[in-house]
Amino acid sequence: MSTVVLVLVVVTALAFDFTNGFHDTGNAMAASIATGALRPKVAVALSGLLNLAGAFLSLSVAATIANGLVETHLVTLTVVFAGLAGGILWNLATWVLGIPSSSSHALIGGVVGAAIAANGFHAVQWHGVVAKVIIPAVMSPALAILVAGLGTWGVYRLTRGVDDGQRRRGFRYGQIGTSSLLSLAHGSNDAQKTMGVITLALIANGTLHPGAQAPTWVIASCAVAISLGTYAGGWRIIRTMGHGLVEVDSPQGFAAEASSAATILLSTHFGYSLSTTHVVTGSILGTGVGRRGALVRWRVARRMVIAWLVTLPTAALVGVGAYALASSLGDDIGVLVDFVLLTVALVGLYVRSRRAPVTAMNVNDEWDEPATKNGEPRHPVPLAA
Amino acid sequence: MDSWINLSAVWRIVVVSLLVGAGLPALFALGIRGLAAEGRPVPGTSVSRATVLAFACFAIVLAAVGCGIAAIVAGL
Repeated sequence: MSTVVLVLVVVTALAFDFTNGFHDTGNAMAASIATGALRPKVAVALSGLLNLAGAFLSLSVAATIANGLVETHLVTLTVVFAGLAGGILWNLATWVLGIPSSSSHALIGGVVGAAIAANGFHAVQWHGVVAKVIIPAVMSPALAILVAGLGTWGVYRLTRGVDDGQRRRGFRYGQIGTSSLLSLAHGSNDAQKTMGVITLALIANGTLHPGAQAPTWVIASCAVAISLGTYAGGWRIIRTMGHGLVEVDSPQGFAAEASSAATILLSTHFGYSLSTTHVVTGSILGTGVGRRGALVRWRVARRMVIAWLVTLPTAALVGVGAYALASSLGDDIGVLVDFVLLTVALVGLYVRSRRAPVTAMNVNDEWDEPATKNGEPRHPVPLAA
Repeated sequence: MDSWINLSAVWRIVVVSLLVGAGLPALFALGIRGLAAEGRPVPGTSVSRATVLAFACFAIVLAAVGCGIAAIVAGL
């Protein structure tokens, strides 16, 4: 394997980390931006900084991303590259569509696909994939809906009679805290994945010995990449999460963020690494269910669930294709050709997104799909916050 | 079944998530209610009981968040 391939893998991994950042800004900040707790630009700056801090908090990083999912001794640089290609392409495509989807699933799908293309189905530890990826992905949004639903109900029940403006203001302050905590947790969770991928590549290349920890330059570059990505702000996704699913008011936003933070931190503590996106989306839906008269768009939710179902297979297919092409051309040239094709595809998607840009300026505009009112409204809920 | 899903861990996650994820917002809500309440001041001071209780609620929430951050730093 040449150094060129290693460099391409590292560059692609950092690019993935960047997409991971902007894909997930909405997880931490969408509800705070939608309710006006933080101004859009301030929110992404704060989230970017806290992601940076969070990434540096993850001190002991090993090449764990593929552990228990694929046979790691079969992983080559080309497999890692093809996997990243699947992840990155899926992330950018869903961003163009404004659909929040799991960056971890995209990456895992890509790596699994590439591993299958390289070594056949036995290269994948299917039991691990089901137990560590699929079952948690089904359970976590359900749990989040439950927690956020109950939290929202409680919050409105307990502040009944409190002046609307006073209540909104109070929970906005709370939201600053909860969304900061989510950003920090995101940095420490997600930056680790890319650190793990680069470490894995370095091991596959023989630069590091198996079982080595991530070198400092890997930790630093991943921290910076995810933080810059977060700051770039995936406005399309922020918009969907803050307005598309449920029109969130600050008590709901606070309850949703608290539910997400609690669920993510506690399950990590108990050994399950969940997709932040699945939990946060569940929480936002829950907060729509838990408030009478809340506006929920189930059509948007359905679109999202469909995207989640196809994330793994689609990213895997890209991984298969990228690996097959690379290995048929010979690893060095093949990865280079893949890289060029990937760049072209990404630029194409970016150009496509500029046709209807979503920015900090129009992120809070009214959503043009009808919403279902949840239960009988006691107070009319204004559409645009 | 056990090799696919660790039911005892799942139960713990569900129960603790509900307690923390819905309980802390409830405490925060009580705090906001306390701040909004118009109560007579405690004799000898200028703050009402409701205000004191409100800040107690906020303090508990803050402490819990502190624990959360400590957990992140400790690497969970």
